[in-house]
Amino acid sequence: MINWFKYSSPKMFYPLAGKLIPWFAAAAAILAIIGMYVGFFMAPTDAQQGEGYRIIFLHVPVSWMSMFIYLVMAFWAAVGLAFNNRLAAMMASALAPTGAMFTFLSLWTGALWGKPMWGTWWVWDARLTSELILLFLYIGFMALQSAVDEPRRADKAGAVLALVGVVNIPIIYFSVQWWNTLHQGASVSLTQAPSMAMIMLVGMLLMALASWMYTVAIALMRVRCIILEREQHAGWLDELKEVKQ
Amino acid sequence: MNWSSSAEFFAMGGYGQYVWGSFGVAIVVLCAEWLLLRQRRLAALSQVKRQSILREEESR
Repeated sequence: MINWFKYSSPKMFYPLAGKLIPWFAAAAAILAIIGMYVGFFMAPTDAQQGEGYRIIFLHVPVSWMSMFIYLVMAFWAAVGLAFNNRLAAMMASALAPTGAMFTFLSLWTGALWGKPMWGTWWVWDARLTSELILLFLYIGFMALQSAVDEPRRADKAGAVLALVGVVNIPIIYFSVQWWNTLHQGASVSLTQAPSMAMIMLVGMLLMALASWMYTVAIALMRVRCIILEREQHAGWLDELKEVKQ
Repeated sequence: MNWSSSAEFFAMGGYGQYVWGSFGVAIVVLCAEWLLLRQRRLAALSQVKRQSILREEESR
């Protein structure tokens, strides 16, 4: 049995994260290549949207990630707040920029998909507006943290904002059911059979898995940076081989 | 196979600018994030090294 609590300190986690990063990065690259191959070469042309629908292989995975990363970020923020754990708070900070990036990509690919299919880049409907608010929540979280000088207080302030913002996630997710919108309903849901061809679904899921692996790799890279920045006065860093050389 | 030529592939049935605009920007943004993080790591490491040297001198 591995003692997981051992890894809840930055000192123990730093080398573990370093070992894990290459594996997640390689998995992300391989899954993305297979996913794009399926998306561009195996999935057939869509009957209604022609080749333009292929944006789905990017748009849906990045949109899922934008919401999922927020939930994970809020989870670590809550753990950091409840158990006064530094590493959990660092993990929340490490996820925010990547979440913001996926949210931007969701809006960007959505605009490029909306223009040819709906005739407009943007509408102020519930789905698009709540996704934009998600971007502002990520940016607000980062801005608030960088505005507070003392790291532990910055963690606490950020955690409260992250937790309050969680209310936005179900609003995004259910917005297409609750309000009238140009945006189509969910392509995949937990309760119904997917409303798309199997091969398209496979391509989308591969891209979603690639995004997961990418997120883990990049968040571990960032949390290692945060550890180095915040713990620069700690003696244990002297033993690292990247510091010794 | 969906495409009979590479020109057809890049045209994406007339949706080329939208499809490649999506995938292109995504690749650029992902690479930028990775490069920025590498820079951040190098900056953090040089700071840690400086502190490490200070600690060593103090203990002597």
